[in-house]
Amino acid sequence: MKPSDLFFVLLALMTVAPAFVVAFSRSLVHSAFALLFTLVGMAGLYGFLAADFLAILQILLYVGGILVLILFGVLFTQKVYTPAVTTGRFAFAPVLLVGAVLFAVLFVVLGLGISWPIAEARPAEPTIRTLGNLLLSRHLLPFEAASVVLLTVLIGAVAIARKELR
Amino acid sequence: MNRLESYLLISSILAALGVVTIASRRNAVAILMGIELLLNAAALNFVAFGRFVKNAAGTHPLDGQIFAIFIIVLAAAEAVILLAVIIAIYRQVESIDADRLRELKG
Repeated sequence: MKPSDLFFVLLALMTVAPAFVVAFSRSLVHSAFALLFTLVGMAGLYGFLAADFLAILQILLYVGGILVLILFGVLFTQKVYTPAVTTGRFAFAPVLLVGAVLFAVLFVVLGLGISWPIAEARPAEPTIRTLGNLLLSRHLLPFEAASVVLLTVLIGAVAIARKELR
Repeated sequence: MNRLESYLLISSILAALGVVTIASRRNAVAILMGIELLLNAAALNFVAFGRFVKNAAGTHPLDGQIFAIFIIVLAAAEAVILLAVIIAIYRQVESIDADRLRELKG
């Protein structure tokens, strides 16, 4: 086993194991902090996939932005003085069954069942310049649409969350 | 170890756990966490397929990463809107239990 393989396995464990805590922990705060490890592990996996810009973006946006928002949501919408901020469960056994079946279909049938045309290994080189060129040439329309979406979100979030003026 | 199948295994587990979280939790913020897990699994799949699988004619090898970027942007937008809605609901109902939200009348 090469050292990079060992590191990959550790990173994969760091991504997957906290996801179980996210799904099954009774405490919402534990779930939110477990999500932190999953998201950081995802950034490491992007590094293994030679996607340097995505790894940075994952840390900046997910860990720095979305996770903080989620923690804000958890702590803001609970009565923090009650000792345990917990969440109830709904129809747990059937949901577990559905999850297991979904995993089997995704991994065994779609992942291993299809023989994907594997390309020869590409060299890992910096992707930022290429991604920037692609975003402003081939993918210009979705790029502009995303900016409109972000503006709409900016206005919409303020409009929804503000106090009603009377 | 650094092969397509290992990434597919990771993303399948994350996607299944995301669905389990969405379907079994009652708290709306916990449901949001499940959505984030699902979106992350999808983005990881895009990048992994883009790296390991031969790209078809007329596509660029980094198109998968572009998809992942858009997924991250949309996830951020969706989290912001969802939290705004959750906070507005909390102000009205004093609870964000998804089972107790049965009224649409403001």
